[in-house]
Parts: sequence; structure tokens; C-alpha cells
Amino acid sequence: MRRRWVLAGVVAAVVGGAAGCAGVAPSATGDKVVLSLVAYSTPQAAYEKLIAAFQKTDAGRNVSFTQSYGASGDQSRAVAAGLKADIVAFSLEPDITRLVTAKLVDPSWNSDQYKGMITDSVAVIGTRKGNPKNLNDWDDLTRPGVQVLTPNPFVSGGAKWNILAGYGAKSDKGKDPAAGGAYLKALFANVPVQDSSARASLQTFTGGKGDAIISYENEAIFAQQNNQAIDYTVPDATILIENPIAITANSAHPVQAKAFLDFLHTAAAQKIYAEAGYRPVVAGVGGPTFPAPAKLFTIADLGGWSKVNKDLFDPMVSVMASIEQGLGVATSVAPSTSASPTAK
Amino acid sequence: MLYLSLIVLIPLAAVVWHAGAGGPGAFWAAVRTPDSWSALVLTLGASAVVAVVNVVLGTVVAWVLVRDDFPGKSIVDTLIDLPFALPTIVAGLVLLALYGGSSPLHVDIAYTRLSVVVALLFVTLPFVVRTVQPVLRELDRDMEQAAYSLGAGRWVTWRRIVLPNLLPAMLSGAGLAFTRAIAEYGSTNLITGNIPLRTQVASVNIVGRIESDNTAAAAAVSTALLAVAFVVLVALDLVQRWGKRHD
Repeated sequence: MRRRWVLAGVVAAVVGGAAGCAGVAPSATGDKVVLSLVAYSTPQAAYEKLIAAFQKTDAGRNVSFTQSYGASGDQSRAVAAGLKADIVAFSLEPDITRLVTAKLVDPSWNSDQYKGMITDSVAVIGTRKGNPKNLNDWDDLTRPGVQVLTPNPFVSGGAKWNILAGYGAKSDKGKDPAAGGAYLKALFANVPVQDSSARASLQTFTGGKGDAIISYENEAIFAQQNNQAIDYTVPDATILIENPIAITANSAHPVQAKAFLDFLHTAAAQKIYAEAGYRPVVAGVGGPTFPAPAKLFTIADLGGWSKVNKDLFDPMVSVMASIEQGLGVATSVAPSTSASPTAK
Repeated sequence: MLYLSLIVLIPLAAVVWHAGAGGPGAFWAAVRTPDSWSALVLTLGASAVVAVVNVVLGTVVAWVLVRDDFPGKSIVDTLIDLPFALPTIVAGLVLLALYGGSSPLHVDIAYTRLSVVVALLFVTLPFVVRTVQPVLRELDRDMEQAAYSLGAGRWVTWRRIVLPNLLPAMLSGAGLAFTRAIAEYGSTNLITGNIPLRTQVASVNIVGRIESDNTAAAAAVSTALLAVAFVVLVALDLVQRWGKRHD
């Protein structure tokens, strides 16, 4: 499916490229401009509303958009490989860093007052309606007999947030890596399914598998908005999820792209994000309110992305690599409860 | 030839080239990483099982469709191709709904290795049916009648007359099913649960390598799949040639 998304992105790029050329050339309708937005998939509905709202403003009157949505990592790689984009919005910062390395995004992209972020969220614990197993905190997820869903962090970049949330909570924000690692080991012994994306994980959960799901607050809100039977708890100690946005260095329309970015930081636009379940990065925009976890921490508290990627998520030697490998060995000796007797 | 090169040969060569860029040591290390190796073994094993099951049951289905008459036969004949038309991610969702935890059939095989086989069986069923069917339809019944009139029983006739004629089609169908199965992503991705070293198939493992920005390792695992697929296809071809020589 991912490959198909990339393909869709490429098609969109070709169409967008053609449209972009038409925009540059003087045309009968005046100076119409087409911006290409390449984003991760979860905020798609929000962006469709945001674009419509932007086009009602003076700055956005003559701007139309081509939009491409897909898995954050795939979208970032597509842009790095040449997919034309004016604005990129991803679920986590390393996907922008990849484009900075490729000289497609200016290194100063995160020097604004929002540090390059456009929305926030927090990692939450989703449960069945009414929370029958009373799962409210990270420790509850490692109780025997509790099944927890979270995507595979090596396949889904966004799933790193879930793991960092539990890790940071149990390691005193990374100060005690051994405790954090031990927690993740116990947690993954309770994970019967490691889906390839946050949305696939949510589908597995709403399909009836598992007692709890680690997810983002905005995903849980999205599920509730779609009448899925899911409750969620915001743990006292959890991670602040920060979603970055940037203008590309090779944008054909930097002025209009900047105008769109400025619009996204207005109170009106931030309220649209909030209604879609995201925490605004601008204070006091109205709309839904979000509970403030007592012990909220950030990726910076854990040492930044390059440190956690190396320590926790290196595919060969890291905390998660050894947990996943130990999982296979352990479960082949003693099948977990999820394996049916028919398993070979 | 130019068309073949642009569409098939150059992309495949690029994958192999990328896989070998780090030298044979890096290639072998990527393939022998525990999770990749386990995913490869699972994928190839499940695909082999699927190919064998499909050869037997696919031939039976083709036989029934060609030789038997029953109401609704043409509808069934059309339905056979549907697994091709269904996006495999949808196939995965449907299989999950039918054979998962809330199964209306009370069959819970989701997130086990058996589920890998079931998903692949579904996706690859048409191959053997569609390769065997036309051959069976063209098969000269006079030969069978002659065998019967010479006193051969049903089984002997089948084994000595029908099977040798069908075998090339069955083998090429099996080859197609096998190679398609080892590359399957959409359906297996959903129904297997993707637990590394247990139910994670090679294609999902490869996606993980790409997500971790390790495209060389992804290409290495892909190349290992390509190599096995190539060997299997060549072996099947050799068996067919050998069969023809002994006609």
C-alpha cells in the first residue's frame, strides 16, 4: 500500500509539476499560483479545510493546491528523490532533517518561535469502551494477560513516539536508560500485533484485537469522531508529540508558500487543527481544550532525535533491536497467548 | 528487447547493484540479520507450501470447471479471477474479518504463521487454475477413451495420459504462484501481525529497512528473494524440458 501511496505522490507531482508550469507562465486569468503540499496522511481532512479557509483570505485568493498524502517517511523520501513540493508537513522531525541533509530545506527552517512545529499532540493509552481492564498508566500495560497494540517502530517512524512515551515515563526522561529498556521489554512481551502504521494499528484495535492501544491523542479523537468504540487516557507522564512543517528551498513560489505557512499559524487555522484533534502550537485559539499532563516531557528532554534514534532505534544494535530479537527467540520457545493452537 | 530492458531488466539490475554496493560482506550481513533471515525463511517456506497446495487444489478446480457441469458454473469461472482484481490490502482486511478474533466462522488464525499461508493461498489461487484450464480444455479426449478401451482404470489413465499433458501448465502455474507469494505485501501486512522473527514476512521486513533509511539492506533482502525466485523458475523450466524429452 505504501508503494502505491508513493506512486500516487509521483503522479500528483507530475500533475502538480505540469500545473505549476502553467502557473508560472502568464495566463489569461492573471497570476494564479499552484502550491504543492506533501504531507503525512493523518491530518488530510484538516488540510482540506485549512486550504479552503486560506483561499478565502486575500493572500490565498489566487492560490490553488496539489495535495499528496502518505506515510510520513515515504513522503519525505519521495521529496528527497525529486517529488516537487513547496510545503512539506511530516509527523516527526527526522523526516524534515532528511530534506535538510539533501539541501531541499533550509537549515534555518526551525528558527521561528514555534521551532518549526505546526501542531502538537501527546501519546495516550486507548482502551475498550468503559476501560474494563482499568488500564490508565504505563505500568498497567505490562500486567500479565493484557494485550497492547503499537506499530513496529522499525516499519512505522511515527510509532517511535509511542515507544518514547513509555520509555521516557519509566526512565525519568531518559536519565535511567536501564529502567526504560526493562519497561519496553516487558511492554513488548504483551504486544501481539505490530502493525505497519498508526492507522493500521487503530484498525486492528477497532477490529477487536487487544485490550489497549498506544496511540496519539489526535488519532484517538479521530476514532471517536468516527464513532469508534474507544476510550482513552492521557497518562500523567507522557511525551509531547511535535509535528514539523517547512517550506522547501527549491519552491517555485516561496512568497505564497510563506503566506500559507503564516496562515497556518493564525488563530483561525490553529482552531481548525484543534477541531481535528491536534493540540495547537499557538495559545488561546479557542475550540476544544486538552488536558495538561502533570509530567509532560519532550523529545529534547530525551536528548533529541539523533540520540534516541541511535540508542533506541538502530536496526542492528539498539534497545528496540535487541527487544525485538529477544521476542522472536522467547516466543518460539513459549508461544504467547495470542498464538492459536493451529500456529505452526 | 528495448522494452524488456526498460521495464524489467534495468530496474532489477538497479536493485541488485544497490544491494551489492557495500560488497559481499555487507550484503551477507544484511541478509543474515536475525529478523531478515527469519522473515526470508518464513516467506519462502510459506510460499513453497502455497505453491504445492495451489498445484493440487488449483488443478482440481480447473478440472471441475472444464469437465463437470453444474448450475452457476460460468459464474464460478468468473469469480476465480477476483483475487487478482481485489487490492491485496482489502483482501487482508476481509481475511482478518473472517478469520480473526471476531470471526463469524469461529476460525481464529489471525496473527499466526498459518495466516500467512491462508493470505497467500487466497492471493495466488488464480495462477494454477488459469494456466491449467486452457490446456485441459484443449486436451484430446480420444487419448483417454483409448486408454479406457485398452483396459486402463481411471487412476492409470489420469496418471499416464492426463497428468503428463497437464504437468507443464501445473508447474508454470506453481512458479507464478510461488514468485507472486514471496513478494506479497498488502494482505500479509494486515493479517500476520508483523511480529519480527515470528510472523513478519520478507516484504514487511524490507519496508522496515527502508523506513530506517537502510536502503542497501532493503535491496540486499530483495535481491535474496529475487535470487530464489530466479532459481525456482529456472528449475521449473528445466523440469519441463526434461519432461518433454521423455515424452
